Amino acid sequence: MISREKIKELEAIALKIRRHIILMTCAAASGHPGGSLSAADIVTALYFYKLKHKPQDPTWPDRDRFVMSKGHAAPVLYAALAEAGYFPVSYLKTLRQLGSSLQGHIDMLSLPGIEMSTGSLGQGLSAANGMALACRLDKMSCRVICLLGDGECQEGQVWEAAMTAGHHKLDNLTAIIDRNKYQIDGKVEDIKGIEPLADKFKAFNWQVLFCDGHDMSSIISALENAEKVKGKPAVIIADTIKGKGVKFMEDNPLDYHGKAPTREEETLALECLREKESK
Amino acid sequence: MNETMPAGRQDKKAATRDAYGKTLLELGRENKDIVVLDADLSASTKTILFAKEFPDRFFDMGVAEQDMISTAAGLAACGKIAFASTFAVFGSGRAWEQVRISVAYTRLNVKIVVTHAGITTGEDGASHQANEDLAIMRVIPNLTVIVPSDAIEAEKAIRAIAAFHGPVYVRLSRLATPIINDNKDYNFQIGRGIIMREGSDATIVACGLMVSMALDAAEMLQKEGVSVRVVDLHTLKPFDKELIIRCARETGAIVTAEEHSIIGGLGGAVAEVLMENHPVPMARVGIKDMFGESGKPEELLVKYGLTPEEIAHAARSVIARKK
Repeated sequence: MISREKIKELEAIALKIRRHIILMTCAAASGHPGGSLSAADIVTALYFYKLKHKPQDPTWPDRDRFVMSKGHAAPVLYAALAEAGYFPVSYLKTLRQLGSSLQGHIDMLSLPGIEMSTGSLGQGLSAANGMALACRLDKMSCRVICLLGDGECQEGQVWEAAMTAGHHKLDNLTAIIDRNKYQIDGKVEDIKGIEPLADKFKAFNWQVLFCDGHDMSSIISALENAEKVKGKPAVIIADTIKGKGVKFMEDNPLDYHGKAPTREEETLALECLREKESK
Repeated sequence: MNETMPAGRQDKKAATRDAYGKTLLELGRENKDIVVLDADLSASTKTILFAKEFPDRFFDMGVAEQDMISTAAGLAACGKIAFASTFAVFGSGRAWEQVRISVAYTRLNVKIVVTHAGITTGEDGASHQANEDLAIMRVIPNLTVIVPSDAIEAEKAIRAIAAFHGPVYVRLSRLATPIINDNKDYNFQIGRGIIMREGSDATIVACGLMVSMALDAAEMLQKEGVSVRVVDLHTLKPFDKELIIRCARETGAIVTAEEHSIIGGLGGAVAEVLMENHPVPMARVGIKDMFGESGKPEELLVKYGLTPEEIAHAARSVIARKK
């Protein structure tokens, strides 16, 4: 059972990460704040609680592997890696700039601590399966975790990969769906509905779990329950809010999928986050 | 055996895919980090030999080539040498973007070894005849592209890529083709073309089964008093620029021969390099921007102009254009 103090600590880190997301995307004048903010609590729970990893030894063989399949949410991953100590926090402001290692979409060769290059949606879960198969073959106890977007679940390859994980009973794999309910063109259910999502994964021989993607204890207990599943892969459908933490983004998620905040919006967003902090 | 044939030339035939299956099995015995993926075609691609002996290291991904390629990337990210096989059309076209992002952009140790390339896939018809794969694979950064000319070169190439760290695409054939490299001096190096036969009036640069035909064409031309050099350019990328420029300088005319579209493959690569470095009269022998059809491989080769006669004709025409 996770302590109240630990939860508070994680919430404080998540807030810092949200602040980085706003600052980074505003400085870059481009990027994807909405889907980064929706995943901020999940990514925090992973890097600061769940994942076995060593920032000073990024290629430590026994580390858990995290694949961020929704590669456009790069800012949340970069912020978490920087806060965890993989590289200096001051480097975050170079996001998307010429010569920066912080590429617009995740590039594993340019930064330590990244397991797979993504950005073209739908490929991450297949790669995570490959890692899970390799770890099983080598009898390693590490876990593979893959975060997908909900709009991403429209990609056919996600379901090819879901079939593979189910077939191979990859119980060393956890997939997490950041179910923020929006994609660039509109609501996921309006564009091309993915429901019933849980039934789809069940039909592919997965164990389905749910969590509130903005409640640390809910996220962590789902991650822990996922590890207990034997004989099949587990997927956590995390109920999230696009732009979470920044009121005007939450209210207008479509405006902030792939658009960075302006200077004025940045100030406003940081105020929103400060309010959260004082609560 | 014809005494004027180059050393190593025999009447023996073998398919490059058979050499792959056999070599992969040997490599599997030598190196436990080798894993193999296939997309429901293991009996045809010959990965079945590996699968039978090493079932734990073999993953049949079913009819899901995109998933197969990204899964191979994940295996390679954990230190495996991942061989992924299917037919050339699917391994290149169906999974192109997975090759681009999951494999090439990441520089992961994935070997995409495809079989049933080109028109000699035969009876299956146009849907299964990859005449475009070299063009779309060659354009991807970081990807090494290899087309062995016979079963011996295929074996050497498979061994070489297993020892080489990085993404590779190897194009193999269904059809049994003449053995042309059965000599003890044969040496395969990734990225280094091989002069198969010396000549002074023109150079035929070929890859895959067309190398054998180029040697036949050279024989025919010799009877007419025409001397042509034959180069086996088994690696399209990295491209052996130096050799091709030297051949253009020394022989003054170039013919390319490939079992692939004349657009974007070997002919395209040679033309790009010559145009910028040493332009000489040039002709491309290959599939003329069209889809194939069902038929016996030998019939299709004739119908689509992939013969020693066509190569010889092209050589005469470029020689005539020399100043």
